Amino acid sequence: MTGRRHLLAVAAGLPAAALAHDARAQQRLASLYMFIPAGPGGGWDGLGRAIEQVARQAGLVGSFQFENVGGAGGSVGLPRFVGQRRGRPDALMVAGSIMVGATLTNKTPVGLKDVTPVARMTEEAGVVVVPASSDIKDLKGFLDALKANPGGTSIAGGSAGGTDHITLGLILKALGRSAKEGSYVAFAGGGPAQAAILGAQVKAGISGYSEFAEQIKSGRMRALATTGDQRLDPAIPTLKESGVDVVITNWRGVFAPPGIRPDARDKLVALMTEIHALPAWTEMLKTREWADAFLTGDAFSAFLAQDVTQTEAVLKDIGLA
Amino acid sequence: MMDSIAGLQLGFANALTLGNLGWALLGCFLGTAIGVLPGIGPALTIALLLPITFKVEATGAFILFCGVFYGAMYGGSTTSILLNTPGESGSIITALEGAKMARNGRAGPALATAAIGSFVAGTIGTLGISFLGPVVVNLALKLGPAEYFSLMLLCFVTVSAVLGGSALRGLTSLFFGLLLGLVGIDLQTGQPRMTLGVPELLDGVNVVLVAVALFAVGETLYMAWRHTNAAPQVRQVGSIMMSRQDWRRSIGPWFRGSLLGFPFGVMPAGGTEMPTMLSYYAERKLVKPEHAKEFGTTGAIEGVAGPEAANNAAAAGILVPMLTLGLPTSATAAIMLSAFQSYGINPGPLLFEQQGALVWTLIASLYIANIMLVVLNLPLVGLWARILKIPQPQLYAGILVFATIGTYGISNSVTDLVLLYVIGIIGMFMRRFDFPTAPVVIGMILGPMAEQAMRQALTISEGDWTTFLTRPVSLAILLLALVALVGPRLYGRFAGAR
Repeated sequence: MTGRRHLLAVAAGLPAAALAHDARAQQRLASLYMFIPAGPGGGWDGLGRAIEQVARQAGLVGSFQFENVGGAGGSVGLPRFVGQRRGRPDALMVAGSIMVGATLTNKTPVGLKDVTPVARMTEEAGVVVVPASSDIKDLKGFLDALKANPGGTSIAGGSAGGTDHITLGLILKALGRSAKEGSYVAFAGGGPAQAAILGAQVKAGISGYSEFAEQIKSGRMRALATTGDQRLDPAIPTLKESGVDVVITNWRGVFAPPGIRPDARDKLVALMTEIHALPAWTEMLKTREWADAFLTGDAFSAFLAQDVTQTEAVLKDIGLA
Repeated sequence: MMDSIAGLQLGFANALTLGNLGWALLGCFLGTAIGVLPGIGPALTIALLLPITFKVEATGAFILFCGVFYGAMYGGSTTSILLNTPGESGSIITALEGAKMARNGRAGPALATAAIGSFVAGTIGTLGISFLGPVVVNLALKLGPAEYFSLMLLCFVTVSAVLGGSALRGLTSLFFGLLLGLVGIDLQTGQPRMTLGVPELLDGVNVVLVAVALFAVGETLYMAWRHTNAAPQVRQVGSIMMSRQDWRRSIGPWFRGSLLGFPFGVMPAGGTEMPTMLSYYAERKLVKPEHAKEFGTTGAIEGVAGPEAANNAAAAGILVPMLTLGLPTSATAAIMLSAFQSYGINPGPLLFEQQGALVWTLIASLYIANIMLVVLNLPLVGLWARILKIPQPQLYAGILVFATIGTYGISNSVTDLVLLYVIGIIGMFMRRFDFPTAPVVIGMILGPMAEQAMRQALTISEGDWTTFLTRPVSLAILLLALVALVGPRLYGRFAGAR
């Protein structure tokens, strides 16, 4: 009997001890369901788990439950989240610009308009590279080649209709050519695309900066320009400052299910705002080399609408939407 | 060369601690277990183990991951042979002859040749990583989409080895496979094809699911349909050990399979499927005339030894682009790369220079895992083979349960289960009307890969078809495919005329 009472006492003591330990912040949610519409190990999964790590350490959320449903740029997972979590105030889905393009090209009936925007958290600029052996030495050389003969300037990147493909479309439009003229070679995953660029099978490549960062540092790829508003690396110019009016980043954020009450949404926005303000989050952004792109509420909704319009216009030009 | 040996010495010194050996053992054990289940592969397992990277030091974690990776390759063949239920795509070809051997009382030798072949191939592959890695990978980068398309055409020739008696039936099966391979989003345009508005189909139909449905579910349903109450057949477990003849017949295929598999693994778009097909085809053509009739009937040991070795050598090869260039060329490699990142290590071309000690420890642990796996698996052969003593109705019921659970494990989706049984029923009728099922799976694997490679090559060449002929390597592979296709026929006619 004593053994059992002892156990009960320990069991009762545990949460109390945990509370005392995490007394730095007030708990906002007892549990949070985090839906990742991509496989484990990718960018969306990384953001979801980073939020878990920071929020749990600070005691803002009691426990997390994760579900990964990968495939087709999130188009497989999204309908499941919308269908199964409708109206639930304690669920979040990680998504981003890839999903904007994917749902448009895949022509799925369910899109980002069917979920509730909560917060944009991070963004990553893209980079235009050429193989080290290429005779294209700088951005000007690349733009001249692209302008003169877009069909002959093959460019490797991720799946068709994704951020990399849209970047190429925007560059072509800025050069006064049609986005359709581009010679875009889509590869499944970063590995095969990098291999094609390293082996000089294609003339150039476009992808997220972190994908190519190590190849650039080792001198196997030459970076011509990044696609953000500001320089990522002091030595690499941006497209914008070089006179090509293109700013595009791969952003990631969190969304709530459709049909939740306004106060439930405000609560989730407050939670993300609190997480964003923690020093642990700043630290996390630094170690993961993510750029802070925090934006919530109506400002985020407005940004999203604009992103969808821009993406749709480019995809229509390429002939994919 | 000397650098490699010094590196290996350092690696073994680091890996041979009690704690690290423990991680290796745990990894091998876990890997074998998940390799046995269809659906759950090494990529998913390593993803689930990722949180340990917060607690365990890098060396231990990577030794564990490598154990899982190699272990899954060993385990995948076991169910292929015993239950005709491949655990992962690299062991689909093993099921062709392996399951037939098991049905004819030769499960023991089939399992043993797979285990020892995996050991031989794993060792050759790991030696390849240690000494040839950087050289081979730079050659592999010279291959572009045009060359990959030609390689896939070469692989299509191998279909002729599994077509069976009727070319019409065999080709019908092949086209069914090509059709299944088209389902899903087209990579080059992002457009959905034949998805019938079902979101789960956007990602395509899983090839392991189709193999399990046709080989295991179809077969089981067929048995249930045709079951009579006549006296049950008693299955022979037969000898567990490989006979002297089995050894003699296995050694050639082990080495040929390993040498074929490793370079395919190193190629950024190679993978384990193509070399297993080519190895099967080669062994079928090279087999001594007195054993040729065993292929497709009672099961030929060469057809297990070769593909299984090719599978394991290719798996080892996959680690080369990851370690030398930081290129993730398979799902497993991609997850291992993200594990590197959670230790703040950025894998790339500089990995060997910056993290030499870690990389060499990892390579040393591959040797250790390989030895551990053969020691772990050989004694189990007798135990596994005994599964076949279960009376047929219960055994087949068990296979059905096992296939269903494994398939659900692929993505926790009911759609997959519906697909499993719909394709299983198709498989039952194919069996009834003598349509071979292997061409379906081959078509499904090669079709989409060949299509993407062809369109990538044509985009790069601006629609110029001669790109396949003007690139020397591509042309050489195409000529080889032509020889493989018409050579035997010409030779047959020539021999017949004399």
